[in-house]
Amino acid sequence: MSNAQNIVIIDYGVGNTHSVSNAISFLGYKKLKISADVNTITDADVLVLPGVGAFDEAVKNLRDRHLEAILNEQVIIKKKPILGICVGMQMLASHSEENGIHQGLNWIEGTVKKLDLPSSFAVPHVGWNNVIVKKEEPLFTRNDLDSNFYFDHSYYFDCDSKYVSAYCDYGIKFTAAVQRENIFGVQFHPEKSQTNGLKLFRSFFNSIK
Amino acid sequence: MLKKRIAANLVVKDGVVVQSINFKKYLPVGKPTIAVEFLNQWGIDEIILTDISASKNKSEPNYQMVKLASTKCYVPLTVGGGITQIDQIKELMHCGADKISLNQSAIKNSTLITNAAKIFGDQCIVVSVDAVLENNTYKVFDYINNKTINESPAQLAKRAEDLGAGEILINSVDRDGGYRGYDIELINSICDIVKIPVICCGGAKNAKDFIEVFSKTKASAASAANFFHFTEHSVNITKANISKHINVRLDTFANYQDNTFDNSFRLKKKSDTELEEMLFIKIEKEVI
Repeated sequence: MSNAQNIVIIDYGVGNTHSVSNAISFLGYKKLKISADVNTITDADVLVLPGVGAFDEAVKNLRDRHLEAILNEQVIIKKKPILGICVGMQMLASHSEENGIHQGLNWIEGTVKKLDLPSSFAVPHVGWNNVIVKKEEPLFTRNDLDSNFYFDHSYYFDCDSKYVSAYCDYGIKFTAAVQRENIFGVQFHPEKSQTNGLKLFRSFFNSIK
Repeated sequence: MLKKRIAANLVVKDGVVVQSINFKKYLPVGKPTIAVEFLNQWGIDEIILTDISASKNKSEPNYQMVKLASTKCYVPLTVGGGITQIDQIKELMHCGADKISLNQSAIKNSTLITNAAKIFGDQCIVVSVDAVLENNTYKVFDYINNKTINESPAQLAKRAEDLGAGEILINSVDRDGGYRGYDIELINSICDIVKIPVICCGGAKNAKDFIEVFSKTKASAASAANFFHFTEHSVNITKANISKHINVRLDTFANYQDNTFDNSFRLKKKSDTELEEMLFIKIEKEVI
């Protein structure tokens, strides 16, 4: 598909929407919107759920804007592809242990847990780290299988290995990317991972028919 | 393996990037947007945009500047200066900031750190600490009132961590703009006491200083300001040298790994035969 897809970045108040939009626009996608509007989201071909923030705050904002039901319809019933980034990826989980137990969107079974590491590892995990790709298709088709991406998080998504498309090693081996049917998520920030991140976006959007 | 980060600190005064010397003298460099675009192309790992006039003029953060600068920034952008309220952080994130840095708030309004960390996550909150050496002890320097306060940088850093900060940016005022290398002792005093990542700043002259600070301290990132401004490809050339000793990211197309350098880490000219051969190599621009 050309650059004519309707891409909607879900705006729920705490994401770094402008950063994500900058990176995707760089690739030439013209029909790109940042929105929380139900009609705009219904018209989208593909959704991006960005994230910077604490899990409970993010989920609360999503629910306050009545986006959970809309997203459930678009993603679960209509099977629209969605890419969650950082907290956006963690929200795909059943629940999170950040600041108490909180329910997620429950699209991919699993729990978001605190990175509990030996003292030689600083937490949050901030910086460029290599990933270990397990499933190349569709996210990593343009990247080397040990590409580095920018991470910035204190929690990670603990889920069944059948959903994991890439791992990252930082004291423990944790989930760097997940996928289940039309649902995709990355713990790192492709919008902030320079060329490697731009390649990932291109692979993702190109994979959508 | 997690790589050490090389960051660039853009000091902005009244909308213009400046070269800062000891927090006293400021020389104009250029527009923030242009500086961000170039640093990004040269493979910087992170950009820290510090507006030193906002707090002094008691004005809001310069949202328009951040919005423009972030358009060409595909690496993390930390924005600091003039932040006193949660709503301002929200607006900055909307304008393309990925992290925010608090300095005055850390000294005066510690609840802002906690509240911001709760809403935006601790990974989003950088607390920046300015330090000076006074009578052989390190003190926190309050640049607004131009005096030291009675707290050591290590104490302030620890307090910030307990309040919910996700990173500490330690800046040596004495070394600022002096090209004398990083203040290892100061940086170690911070790294020893906090568990969160530490970014050091102040004094970098060339690749040797980066190698030294990563060999002698646990700092996660080293930042420089003035040093990156005045040479073409300053970032990738420096990283090519650092990468021989330290695990850093070197992904730019021009990675200078085959080049030779002099004792001051300046690029040496390639031999005439090599240059002649290069005339016939067609370099295609990478299409993503």
